Amino acid sequence: MSPSALDTRASYLAQTHRKRLYSGIMLVLLVAMLCGGFITADERNAGGFWDGLPHVLDFPAEVLGEAAQKITLLPAHLVAFFPSLVETINIAAAATLAGAIAAVFLALLSTRGLARWPRMIPVFRRMSDIMRAIPEIVIALVLIFILGGGPVPAMIAIAFHTVGALGKLFSEVTENADLKPVEGLGSVGASWMQRMWLGVIPQVSPNFISYALLRFEINIRASAILGFVGAGGIGYDLRNAISWGQGKYDEAAAIFILLFLAIVAVDQLSSLLRNKLVGDTK
Amino acid sequence: MTTATLKAGAVRQVNGKKTLSFALLGAVLAYFVYIFFTFDIASLGQRASLENARTLVADSYSYKTHITKSNRGAGTLTASIEGEKKGRYPEGSYPDWVEIDGTDAFVTLADNSVVELAGKVVYYDVPDYGAIKVTTRNSGIDLELPTAEAPEFISASRNRVAITVPGGRINVTKAKTEIFRYFTGWEMFFFTLDSPFYGKSPAQLAYLASSAPRIDPNTSNLALMWDGFWNNAMWRHSDVAWAIVETILMAFLGTIGAALIALPLAFLSAQNFTRNMVARFSMRRIFDFLRGVDGLIWTIILSRAFGPGPLTGALAILLTDTGTFGKMFSETLENVDDKQIEGIRSTGAKPIQRYRFGVIPQITPVFISQVLYNLESNTRSATIIGAIVGGGIGLLLTQAIITGKDWEEVSYYIVLIVLMVMMMDSLSGWLRSKLIGNKDS
Repeated sequence: MSPSALDTRASYLAQTHRKRLYSGIMLVLLVAMLCGGFITADERNAGGFWDGLPHVLDFPAEVLGEAAQKITLLPAHLVAFFPSLVETINIAAAATLAGAIAAVFLALLSTRGLARWPRMIPVFRRMSDIMRAIPEIVIALVLIFILGGGPVPAMIAIAFHTVGALGKLFSEVTENADLKPVEGLGSVGASWMQRMWLGVIPQVSPNFISYALLRFEINIRASAILGFVGAGGIGYDLRNAISWGQGKYDEAAAIFILLFLAIVAVDQLSSLLRNKLVGDTK
Repeated sequence: MTTATLKAGAVRQVNGKKTLSFALLGAVLAYFVYIFFTFDIASLGQRASLENARTLVADSYSYKTHITKSNRGAGTLTASIEGEKKGRYPEGSYPDWVEIDGTDAFVTLADNSVVELAGKVVYYDVPDYGAIKVTTRNSGIDLELPTAEAPEFISASRNRVAITVPGGRINVTKAKTEIFRYFTGWEMFFFTLDSPFYGKSPAQLAYLASSAPRIDPNTSNLALMWDGFWNNAMWRHSDVAWAIVETILMAFLGTIGAALIALPLAFLSAQNFTRNMVARFSMRRIFDFLRGVDGLIWTIILSRAFGPGPLTGALAILLTDTGTFGKMFSETLENVDDKQIEGIRSTGAKPIQRYRFGVIPQITPVFISQVLYNLESNTRSATIIGAIVGGGIGLLLTQAIITGKDWEEVSYYIVLIVLMVMMMDSLSGWLRSKLIGNKDS
């Protein structure tokens, strides 16, 4: 071996060692942060982790026990709470639909080469960033104060966040869209709306719908949680069932079952549809 | 096949697509109409409380100072910001727009009109209207007006007179007379009234901090200043800072913990690493179960065992995300390239070495980018979960909203939450580009 090759080998090995050392340090740092964080969180928690651990299953056991005692009532509860489940799903669906439609415009307006007003691109991008950053609960709580309880505040809150979240994902898709159809349509005098509707949307709609379905899954969970803080739907019933304690756990069990089934069903359905649309076989 | 049949086919196809897209549009419209009726959006206008909306907006950028005179007993006069105990001026001291002359008090409102409080009588010369005299007696409240009928801005009854003018508000009841004057800004954001630094300009503060003699001989002015700010009773800066830290902590512990747990489990549920059908199948069902039982339900179950606090929130995020990560990682593992593993194997590597050098480098980019993405989105979830389990900024926000009077605090928290999420977003973007290289930036 010539000296130069040896040098190369030595410096390569040194580089690898350094890289590994850095990775090792990073890993140790991460673990240290995890441990420190865990201890801090444990100290600031009302009940300690090790004290609570044996009791994790107490509540599920209590719920299941009570539900088992009143098993005959379960079908009636399932029927009784079904409308609330429908409301929760409706909140998510309407919010996803409205949010997705607005997000399409936001994405097109913030994509280079497609924007109606190219100078406004940074404005629309910032807008989508801010809409994405505001958690649903903030808007929902403020709107509940103004509009009163019910599904509408939750719907608006989720839709608002959806616009930002989907706007970003959609614009990633439109950035990769083929501009030739748009130019072709432009050359025959098509307006901006026509160029987008006929030139861009057909290219990107499978991806758009796939992302919107993914968002729908997320939004159902969000809708259930917002119900819990007072925005109607099955979350609200759940809070009543568990907070009134004594004798209501059979209802809580029914709501758990409904929520679980709904989430799993929507997950399965949407992943089936998405696979069909985007055509990957995962 | 002739051109005619080809054309007919194409036309049919185009028409079919046209019908389909119109049908879709119709379905979306029909759904919105259905939502319009089931959610009863038509009556929303009546249910909405514009009064609430107005206080919310006004309160978020302004505050009011109450001047209260008791109409019973000695008739003491007090001044306090937002009428709160924490914001009360020390006994006998008043803001400079309140003038004391013997037993009388003269209160200047924002439009420079002056309200005179003389014993149990209130004199007020309303601009563009005329002089009003309100007298409180044991039998009730007498109102003397220059016009025969009370104008719109005065609502009067036997027990209560309320006057709302652009410069402020006057409320007279048998018990007390209150005058509200509105100011722009967040009151006492830095220092409360009892702090020696209250009402000082930034230049004065800088002077005090750097060179002035010590106010408290035991500590430096700067430390005193920090103490006054940090332990501000009105805005509770230290509590808010802890709440933000707790929220980020929940997201961090939950996400990273879930990733570390899910990684080894994902090997068990990936087809190309685990030949055992039963192990694979049961692992997958566990992941599905963890994801299907929503974060909300985990939160409820865990908060029964661990009580309110950040740890409960972190564990709830951890459980849900273990399911999400497990599914995602196992899909990534199933798509790894076998050639690299075979290459490593050909050098005589043991299984552990094959995983370490053949598999891990392939999945690291997906792993890191997914974890960072979830870290950012979980910061948002942690805000919501905090509202339920009682920890972090979510709790402070819900408390402030439920009290329904400190809207300036609500807007402060909202601004902090948005900044926190955006910070986590850019942090995760920065880390991603550092760790795996980003083609875009």
